[in-house]
Amino acid sequence: MLIFQSVMAKFSDLRVGVLALQGDFERHQYQLVSLGADVTLVRLPEDLRRLDGLIIPGGESTTMDNLIDRFHLRQPLYEFGRVKPVWGTCAGMIMLAKAITDNQAAVQPLGLMDIDIVRTGYGRQVFSFEETIKARLNDQETELKATFIRAPIITRMGENVKPLGYYNDTPVLVAERNLLASSFHTELDDDTTLLKFFLTKFF
Amino acid sequence: MFDFNDKQHKVKVGLAEMLKGGVIMDVTSAEQAKIAEEAGAAAVMALERVPSDIRAEGGVARMADPDVIEAIKRAVTIPVMAKCRIGHFAEAQVLESLEIDFIDESEVLTPADNKYHINKWPFKVPFVCGCRNLGEALRRISEGAAMIRTKGEAGTGDVSEAVKHLREIGLAMKQLTVMSQEELYGAAKEHRVPIELVRMVAKTGKLPVPNFAAGGIATPADASLCMQLGAEAVFVGSGIFKSDNPEKRAKAIVAATTHYKDAVIVADASRGLGQAMKGIQVTDIPDEEILHTR
Repeated sequence: MLIFQSVMAKFSDLRVGVLALQGDFERHQYQLVSLGADVTLVRLPEDLRRLDGLIIPGGESTTMDNLIDRFHLRQPLYEFGRVKPVWGTCAGMIMLAKAITDNQAAVQPLGLMDIDIVRTGYGRQVFSFEETIKARLNDQETELKATFIRAPIITRMGENVKPLGYYNDTPVLVAERNLLASSFHTELDDDTTLLKFFLTKFF
Repeated sequence: MFDFNDKQHKVKVGLAEMLKGGVIMDVTSAEQAKIAEEAGAAAVMALERVPSDIRAEGGVARMADPDVIEAIKRAVTIPVMAKCRIGHFAEAQVLESLEIDFIDESEVLTPADNKYHINKWPFKVPFVCGCRNLGEALRRISEGAAMIRTKGEAGTGDVSEAVKHLREIGLAMKQLTVMSQEELYGAAKEHRVPIELVRMVAKTGKLPVPNFAAGGIATPADASLCMQLGAEAVFVGSGIFKSDNPEKRAKAIVAATTHYKDAVIVADASRGLGQAMKGIQVTDIPDEEILHTR
């Protein structure tokens, strides 16, 4: 119980936003609340004010791209991500990327992280999967239960991008400055290992 | 028996989670699918005829031609769903072989089996099923559905049945959360579902899979209403492409679904959309033409 309270106290000062235009933002909100963080669902530019960091969740990147422009979030999100911690999961990773190869739907990513990606790199839903992957967090080998849902694949990494986890020799968890990106989900389970890593190391 | 920790099932429910807060639109061609994608649809439902046409034309309604489905698949990058008849597991197998992202075992098509639904556990592709009340929802979940939607009354443009179904499910779930163990056994019997599922709902107050609204949604305010009544996303069938200005209406319903609590944005989205689908009042439909009782 004491440990639990100290964890809650540790994260209770953090004001974390979750982009809530579309996708599994409630799963992230649930995990953040379970750690005691102060959560804001971000749907308009003014919601970004006063936040210490942001999670861009999974969902449909074409839908997010569309709503980012319609509700004037592109520039505010870009400026936020230049200086503050942002973690993109799945569609969120697509939005952080510099370029999308094979970009049939003409999604315009934010271009914050020096990676290129291909969307639905593993194939359609019947090829979605869950796998335990090994990641290097805090200089320790850590196992993560990773769910890949129509997941993107990283096709290029800039020299300042640090791979932290691999699946089948492909980087699936990467970091650059204040940015973290994962092509998989951990928020679908109750395991908050990766979220704690983000809140501890990037804030 | 059901196992919610089964990896395959978790991956199926995972896609349903990713569709939350979005709009899934019925489309009958590649052109319509592109319009839906550009408007911000989170997924499309590939069909030969939208529900209002099925209603008007009558006859047996079946799974769409694979050529129609594949043309739609090629046109967009968002997930593509397709409908099979209730109990028609062979149609479901065909849709799975086409690598459809989600199958709707739908009352909008003519049921193939009047007694049994499909056993959905062995499939790699996730299923969504319609329901009118908590018992139906939990029976479909026990058969392996990865997403539940209200039945509403498809092809009418009348949202009243969807509202009724959302309210019934919401109320029944609330009731479970305050029941004693003895009462939960009674509820399981009354709803004709396994006690384990009843206990899960009693503990969380929510279904163990995402719960979407469908059937009769035609305006941005309809979408906002369903979301405020507890739906986690909305399906729009005939409501878009049977209206005057499908592009504008599709965009408006997407905006209203994301900002469903913000009446100012819903009001803006509702401006100048032209005529909504004409529709038909559910109370004017003869009993034998009602779809939600299937």
